[in-house]
Amino acid sequence: MQLLMFSILGFGAVLSALFMVTNKKAISAAMSLIVTMFCLAGLYVLLDAHLMAALQIIVYAGAIMVLFLFVIMLLNVEEKEGRPEGHTILLQFVAILLVGLVFLSMVNLVKVDGSMFSLGDAANPFGTTKAVGKLLFTEYLLPFEIASVLLLAAIVGAVILAKRRIDDSGSSENHSES
Amino acid sequence: MVSLNAYLMLGAVLFSIGAVGVFTQRNALIIYMCIELMLNAVNLTIIAFSRFLNNMDGHVFVFMIMTVAAAEAAVGLAIIISLFRNKATVNVDDINLSKG
Repeated sequence: MQLLMFSILGFGAVLSALFMVTNKKAISAAMSLIVTMFCLAGLYVLLDAHLMAALQIIVYAGAIMVLFLFVIMLLNVEEKEGRPEGHTILLQFVAILLVGLVFLSMVNLVKVDGSMFSLGDAANPFGTTKAVGKLLFTEYLLPFEIASVLLLAAIVGAVILAKRRIDDSGSSENHSES
Repeated sequence: MVSLNAYLMLGAVLFSIGAVGVFTQRNALIIYMCIELMLNAVNLTIIAFSRFLNNMDGHVFVFMIMTVAAAEAAVGLAIIISLFRNKATVNVDDINLSKG
């Protein structure tokens, strides 16, 4: 059963990664990268890294890819497209059905063989939030604090890089006034 | 139980796909996504080793890599935005400012 899950998730990750690399449109590439990240989260669950799987979905598929999509839509480098055509809508419908089927089969798989994923308990705390957190706040406390400083620097840097310069906007306002 | 070699092979394949993407794609945004893919492949390798060595230090490393990846994505996308503001393109062939 684990081998089956590994094959499905591994092939899904590789296929969507290949689709991303060979794609010209940034939006499609971002979507297939999200699929890759979900497959990787499933592999983390197979490897008993439950906290990392949750963080993979929340941080990568949630935060970073949403940032990518915002930037893609902000830059608007794609060609303008009109209303979606008939076959596009059909394709979307088929895709929705496929995603639903995948979720149903996943739920059934877990129901059939619930022992496939060990959720971790006091006897076997490998990869649980408690165990990783304890490690993070005792042995790796200094790297943890440095990471928070790094994030602060990244926030300040991103704001400084992405904002319009004050003198630029002031001069353009002056131009428009004159 | 899936063997360690299978996970390592999968991580290597994903990393190679990401590296090929960095060299073949000309869109700066997709190049960034390929870099994220390479970071993810490394994360998979670390977690696989962590499981098979039964040592949870790898999870902390993956946590740190995720932090750095988030910071890198924020700063990198800000750089792309300011580049786009100056040159009105995200094609890396058109952005050769340091070439002289």
